[in-house]
Amino acid sequence: MYPIVKKEKLADRIYLMDVKAPRVASSCLPGQFVIVKIDEEGERIPLTICDYDRENGLITIVFQTVGASTERMAKELEEGDAFEDFVGPLGQPSELCLEKNLEETKKKNIVFIAGGVGTAPVYPQVKWLEEHGVKTTVIMGSRTKDLLFFVDKMEAVASDLHVTTDDGSFGFHGMGTNQLQALVDEGRTFDHCVAIGPMIMMKFVCKLTEQLQIPTVVSMNPIMVDGTGMCGACRLIVGDEVKFACVDGPEFDGHKVDFDLAMARQAQYKTEEGRAKLALEEGDTHHGGCGHCGGDE
Amino acid sequence: MGDPMVRVPISEQEPLVRAKNFEEVCLGYTEEEAVEEASRCLNCKNPRCVGGCPVSINIPAFIEQVKERNFEKAYEIISESSALPAVCGRVCPQESQCEGVCIRGIKGEAVAIGKLERFVADWAREHGIKPKTNAPKNGHKVAVIGSGPSGLTCAGDLAKLGYDVTIFEALHKTGGVLVYGIPEFRLPKDKVVAAEVENVKSLGVKIETNVVVGKSVTIDQLMEDEGFEAVFIGSGAGLPRFMGIPGEQSNGVFSANEFLTRNNLMKAFMNHDTPISRGKKVVVVGGGNVAMDAARTALRLGAEVHVVYRRSEAELPARAEEVHHAKEEGIIFDLLQNPVEILADENGWVKGIKIIKMELGEPDESGRRRPVEIEGSEYEIECDTVIMSLGTSPNPLIASTTEGLETNRRGCIVAKEEDGETSKTAVYAGGDAVTGAATVILAMGAGKQAAKGIDEYFKSRA
Repeated sequence: MYPIVKKEKLADRIYLMDVKAPRVASSCLPGQFVIVKIDEEGERIPLTICDYDRENGLITIVFQTVGASTERMAKELEEGDAFEDFVGPLGQPSELCLEKNLEETKKKNIVFIAGGVGTAPVYPQVKWLEEHGVKTTVIMGSRTKDLLFFVDKMEAVASDLHVTTDDGSFGFHGMGTNQLQALVDEGRTFDHCVAIGPMIMMKFVCKLTEQLQIPTVVSMNPIMVDGTGMCGACRLIVGDEVKFACVDGPEFDGHKVDFDLAMARQAQYKTEEGRAKLALEEGDTHHGGCGHCGGDE
Repeated sequence: MGDPMVRVPISEQEPLVRAKNFEEVCLGYTEEEAVEEASRCLNCKNPRCVGGCPVSINIPAFIEQVKERNFEKAYEIISESSALPAVCGRVCPQESQCEGVCIRGIKGEAVAIGKLERFVADWAREHGIKPKTNAPKNGHKVAVIGSGPSGLTCAGDLAKLGYDVTIFEALHKTGGVLVYGIPEFRLPKDKVVAAEVENVKSLGVKIETNVVVGKSVTIDQLMEDEGFEAVFIGSGAGLPRFMGIPGEQSNGVFSANEFLTRNNLMKAFMNHDTPISRGKKVVVVGGGNVAMDAARTALRLGAEVHVVYRRSEAELPARAEEVHHAKEEGIIFDLLQNPVEILADENGWVKGIKIIKMELGEPDESGRRRPVEIEGSEYEIECDTVIMSLGTSPNPLIASTTEGLETNRRGCIVAKEEDGETSKTAVYAGGDAVTGAATVILAMGAGKQAAKGIDEYFKSRA
């Protein structure tokens, strides 16, 4: 069992947990993920590692309630409870956060664009880089002020932070892409971008950075089962190759990812009720792309 | 007494009943039936069946004990050689192993060795009899990676020799392919697999789940930081193959591994939280045991199921019994046919599959006649789900994180057949990680050889 030593509600439907998992904490690096399972009947849920404390054997995860399982996590698990299963670290670490690449990385002007709950996996990368003397620019955004989290934490680590909201209720009024364009218009130059967030957001960031000719890495979060390469549920088309997000990723060259296919595959197990609920919750901010709701039309 | 040329029939669930449930198909012999079947064994002086068994069970000896109703003694004889008899009695391809060389089979039907093994193992479990070990602990720590057939066998054998063994399993449940791959109706998980795992644990073997060796910890760390003096890698053949045809990424196309894992490991059929696509009309591509398992699972979930296989019935690699059962249950076999494209609707969901007919040409390197496309014979089958069951290739996770561990061009770990020794000192390997996808019993055989190899390694250092 893997005890939950801390649980915190960060924003509407977004929760943080610190979980005791010494093996994961001793070996993980930014960019990797874990799979958690609540109990015997639970699903295997992949979640990006948001922070880690090697000394105390703790892993921080952040999740948004988007389906039955994450809702169960939010409702049924409290501090003092435990996950039945917690496995990792899975996937490849971020290339930026490898000691062997540090000299190269230091030469880069890096911009991170985090959307929604994607702020969580961006945080450990920014933290690692800044700790290793690499300056970063971070654009983090959400739909509205109430959904923002980690602003203080990010402020504490990032050299240059820009917070955006789609509705203008906090910080820059617009989306991450608008903020990036604004920075570029001001004369800022970037030669590496990392975009993590909903697939639709990553798709639009990639469209922009392609125009701006900024190489862009995205972190894909497709449907997974085992997370070790065994089932192939998470397969993606990257360039002209089939890749498994769980073992080859989760980070890929965003300019090569077939996002439309990835988004269609994401909808594979969504039920009619689930789609209706999502459409209701996401309201007019739902950009479609799930292939079924008609939101794009 | 029946006709000695003919096997004592075994009871099975009625095909049309079992096609709608996940209960075990074969119900096993009663004591009376087992004793009668055992009496058909000729107790040959030179028993060819033993040579046909990858773990060399003393088959005539255990059958002799069944005949005498000494079931406990029969179990002791089997467990000298096999850690998983209740599993093997159910899933071994006996017709091409022990039973394939049985003298009885020349003029009549071979002795039902597999069914007798299953009977003995089930009897022992129902009577609370466990395998025994008297070996004193020798204090040497060995790590076994993977809790599938090869890992469990290697661990069990080493424990019987007195080693301090820990199994590291990547998934949350123990058993490897026995839990994620082979379905409940062929191999009950709680009753049979969990019980055999408990037997291995009762020999003193420790099991740590949720450890992905190569990620959570490396082999070098296990040896340098955690005090393991030798390692056995039995990590299986992980990665599913796809055909590379257009439309394969459509929604509704699954690897057999995904479909079976959702159903078996995650218990989608029992309505646990993990969803599964039930499908109305399912096409399974492939002809092996895994294809049969996927097809019969889809059938039980309510679909009409076609198996599309590019060769003819004679070349189907699946166990004869599985093909027979599948047909009885109503699976439709579309043989000498091969998919060329998967057709999707405007939302990216499978709506059909385009298939080309094949004929058999000259034998290929496998000795089987090569299937050749018949030009212009394409046609379409309407379906909503396609399950690809084309085999797997080894997972590179361990090899890529272990310095000095040699792999071949197919990505399999290179290990000596006789003792599992790899290119890295004190590291042994066996099972699908070495051979590519094969059978439970061959993996067990390799686990057994490696246990001997590891024991000899320690003795040579003493």
